[in-house]
Amino acid sequence: MFIPCDRGGGSAAPDFKGFTLLMPAVSVGNVGQLAIDLVISTLDMTKVGYFYTDCLVPMVGNNPYATAEENSMELSINAEVYSLPSKKLVVLQIRSPFIKNKYRPFCETLLSWVKSSKYARVVLLSSSHAYQRDDEQLLGTPLRYLLTPDLEKAVGGRMKELNWKEMEKVAAYPGISNTDKVLHIPGGGITKLLFTESCSEGIQMAVLLKFCSEGDNIPDAFVLVNYLNEWLQLIKSEVSTSNNSTDPSSQWKIPSSWRLLFGNGLPPALF
Amino acid sequence: FFGEVVVAPSRAGLDEEEEAPEETPEDREIRKEIEKKRYRREIDVLWSWQPGGCAGEPLVCSRFIVAIGRNAAAFLSSFILDSVCWEVVGVVKLWNEWCKTSSTTNVLPTDSFCLFYRLISDPTVLLCQCSCYVAEDQQFQWLEKVFGSMQKKGLQVTILSTCPVADYKTQESTLTLVSPFLKALKTKEFQEQVCCPLLEQPNIVRDLPAA
Repeated sequence: MFIPCDRGGGSAAPDFKGFTLLMPAVSVGNVGQLAIDLVISTLDMTKVGYFYTDCLVPMVGNNPYATAEENSMELSINAEVYSLPSKKLVVLQIRSPFIKNKYRPFCETLLSWVKSSKYARVVLLSSSHAYQRDDEQLLGTPLRYLLTPDLEKAVGGRMKELNWKEMEKVAAYPGISNTDKVLHIPGGGITKLLFTESCSEGIQMAVLLKFCSEGDNIPDAFVLVNYLNEWLQLIKSEVSTSNNSTDPSSQWKIPSSWRLLFGNGLPPALF
Repeated sequence: FFGEVVVAPSRAGLDEEEEAPEETPEDREIRKEIEKKRYRREIDVLWSWQPGGCAGEPLVCSRFIVAIGRNAAAFLSSFILDSVCWEVVGVVKLWNEWCKTSSTTNVLPTDSFCLFYRLISDPTVLLCQCSCYVAEDQQFQWLEKVFGSMQKKGLQVTILSTCPVADYKTQESTLTLVSPFLKALKTKEFQEQVCCPLLEQPNIVRDLPAA
């Protein structure tokens, strides 16, 4: 599935052993994907390959992270892989929805690629329907995390230090007491499947998600990417001198492809 | 109707199989048709030198021009194709909810069809007119079966298609845009001069042309 880019000079396929794989789930508000766009754009990551897959709706366009005419002509498709070796980071961006009944084969192929590439851990950015929250979840932070047992041992303590909130399990049959508690991530796309499969296959995976609704999800993307940054420290969050608080939002670079997200200009004849 | 609660579809395009949605009568009918053997999702690519439809020698191809959609197909019919210089060498037979094509090569412009032609004076030049809609779960299959039948010899592929002007994202309103206009996408391997500007961000191409 993974096809490395030909960078010339007959270079071999890139080595991802020990790297962190950061990827989005196609989920409500596309928040994970927007957050990934911010990471790739800000860290100026290099494309190292793409997925040749029949599981995602095809699409193609020119470079979504173009900053000038010179770099605007590279084709970009629905599933591409970027890397930043200095941070041992690899990022997968998924740009289109799954074709009907194809999300399971995709998850299987993805996880086997994770294992064969020997990634140290996978971080999945996702979201869940805000309207499905229960009374307790309506209060406090809309951000949650999940860790597979293998990763829990390694970083569980750090999450506690950061005062992060673990995603709550819900009753399998709401309204009936004494039922099993299960993980339920409505609107999360493949999040739950990837997480449960990773648990059973011993893959170190973390899920970071935000409760949100469809709409203008750019602010949600910023909140999620800052949440990620609290842990992975991808960019330095500078202390703002004016109000003495840490607000790294301004340090994320918005990609040029985010232009015109809500349509074209208006016809002057309208007025 | 008034008072009906409509669930807004999510932009994320999820397909959560856990919550099996109730089927409308139309859905049920479509599903039954799909399950019938005649209306399967598999597509057949039939070449003229394969009377039984089985794998034959691959076609050597140096230039492949694909016209996708009725407008592009009509362009080829009006300006390029004629029975003197071009011969039909293949046809795609498929079915989906939007259209159905058959294995006949005698088609009317209003039909849905997908035909392959070869230039008689240079048989490595192949042309495809695809006026039918190839569904998203069939696009990959189409690619693999068509390109899989070819022996590529310095292959150059040109894809012709059309999109509605209203879908074009630009700072100004599309009302004042002079249309029709051409835009292009090219791979970095394509070194020749492109005859029109490249497609600007954030515009994208989807479906079979993208595939």
